[in-house]
Amino acid sequence: MEKQATRDAYGQALVELGRKYDNVVVLDADLSKSTKTADFAKVFPERFINAGIAEQNMIGMAAGLAASGKVAFASSFAIFATGRAFEMVRNSLAYANLNVKVCATHAGLTVGEDGGSHQSVEDIAIMRSVPNICVVVPADGTSTRKAVTSIYQRTGPVYLRLGRPSVPILYDEGVDFTIGRGIELREGRDATLIACGIMVAKCLEAADSLHADGIEVSVVDMHTIKPIDQELIVRKARETGAILTVEEHSVLGGLGGAVCEVVCENYPVPVHRMGINDVFGQSGSPDELMQYYGLTVKKIIDNVHILMKKK
Amino acid sequence: MKMEVKVREITESSIQEVAEKALIIRQDIIKMLGESGSGHTGGSLSAADIVSCLYFWEMNVDPQRPQQEERDRFVLSKGHAAPVLYAALAEKGYFQREELAKLRKLGSPLQGHPDMRKVPGVDASTGSLGQGISWAVGMALAGKMDRRSNRVYALLGDGEIEEGIVWEALMAASHYHLDNLVAFLDHNGLQIDGPIREVMSPEPVADKFRAFGWETLIVDGHNHRQIMEALATARSTSGRPTVIIADTVKGKGCSFMENRAEWHGTAPNKEQVTQALAELGQV
Ligand SMILES: Cc1ncc(C[n+]2csc(CCOP(=O)(O)OP(=O)(O)O)c2C)c(N)n1
Ligand SMILES: [Mg+2]
Repeated sequence: MEKQATRDAYGQALVELGRKYDNVVVLDADLSKSTKTADFAKVFPERFINAGIAEQNMIGMAAGLAASGKVAFASSFAIFATGRAFEMVRNSLAYANLNVKVCATHAGLTVGEDGGSHQSVEDIAIMRSVPNICVVVPADGTSTRKAVTSIYQRTGPVYLRLGRPSVPILYDEGVDFTIGRGIELREGRDATLIACGIMVAKCLEAADSLHADGIEVSVVDMHTIKPIDQELIVRKARETGAILTVEEHSVLGGLGGAVCEVVCENYPVPVHRMGINDVFGQSGSPDELMQYYGLTVKKIIDNVHILMKKK
Repeated sequence: MKMEVKVREITESSIQEVAEKALIIRQDIIKMLGESGSGHTGGSLSAADIVSCLYFWEMNVDPQRPQQEERDRFVLSKGHAAPVLYAALAEKGYFQREELAKLRKLGSPLQGHPDMRKVPGVDASTGSLGQGISWAVGMALAGKMDRRSNRVYALLGDGEIEEGIVWEALMAASHYHLDNLVAFLDHNGLQIDGPIREVMSPEPVADKFRAFGWETLIVDGHNHRQIMEALATARSTSGRPTVIIADTVKGKGCSFMENRAEWHGTAPNKEQVTQALAELGQV
């Protein structure tokens, strides 16, 4: 299967966007080679601003640029973009409802060897709780490129969560990627797997092996965590009677939290949340860490079995 | 309230010892990064002489009693240079040298960035740039409150000081007259995206530190005598904190790494380890 890191797709998409629209500006904070904004900087040096190691000022400058008619894409690692600069994102971007896209890479455990200080396991929850911010977590390179165009076209602040490692390409160019609308990748009536980011591919794999055992699950790519696709969640709750959420993020407040809010208020069915269980990460290779923290195809399968007994 | 000033005589043999320890630290940095296959080589090597002077000359610490209240503290504010700290701690006797081979491996105490809950001798969990210097100010404040005579040392990167929090901390340190605090600036001229002067210049750094009320000293960051003398000057400075701007070479000691931004976050492969160790020479 062909693979691409979502951050690599982001770099390409920025260049395409820059070619089409003059008002696109890009900011970074001394991580441009890692976030891939360096691709844009090379082609459009006059529209690229390196803030240096100063994420708070980067967001502040992005606000000023947006308030002056630019569409600003600001990038750093997820931990610094949403953590270090949180209050700037909250008050300068969200409160003022400015057209800034915070596009953070190196989210979650798959940062790997840098360790727990660099692994953001809470960024979706933090960003989702702020009014006006739209939160998008693409699953592969193709949907990342679509997402970059979509968030450009959407007015207002957006948080785009991207990853470090190469992940399988799931979609071809024809995919209908609409913000706020989950993509049902597979239909089955026994349970529904709702995932985002790099966990979508693992859910598809799990669905294949469950099928071999006679269990048919639906798989949903819930790329937009906010505004979340209520209609789809309620329909899948009704149709399948059980939901497993899967994310490379804390089980608190992220995709799992968002799905639970919808399910319990609209159509209560058993839900199990898979993610990082309220702990920090640590150093290790991305694969080892996914294994250690239980974000594997095998665990997804196990959890489907447990969940189905609760139906 | 003036602290008792203890300044030891700097002898040729003490300089010799610090130089030997710096070489061992450099060798261990190369070996452990070779083992881990990832990590920050350039900024670990640039700080090796500073860290050697601290652990093998200046600081009052006891590896047998890593939590002792009266100890001096060291905050590696540029936490990505964890290998230089781990190498010094191992050489000092805080833990077995064999541990170094587990750098950045799953389950190892030697995390990619220093974790004070996992490694004896690590006084502060760092890795998010800029935050360490604030810790150091807090530790120096606690020392004053408790009327302890211990001292606090911090190591900053020259890219790191682009973070606003650094200047907030510097302001607080001089406001509270923290003469028990010494910050080193590893002035190697490089950050990740390139030379600091091109990416986001913090220059002129000496003028800025002076304007923030700090006793400001400039040394060759690879000259042990100069570093030791500056530390002595800091000890006899009262009423304000001291910064030692150490002019350094990123990747110091390995010709193919020196002054090259691409060695910021790259680990050497097998052949590069061999070449680097050959260039560093023997103790
Ligand atoms: C708050 C924060 N932003 C970004 C980073 C990523 N980062 C790690 S090292 C580094 C460059 C540091 O440059 P410098 O301080 O000059 O260190 P040195 O040259 O001594 O290695 C960056 C941007 C970080 N660790 N923390
Ligand atoms: Mg530097």
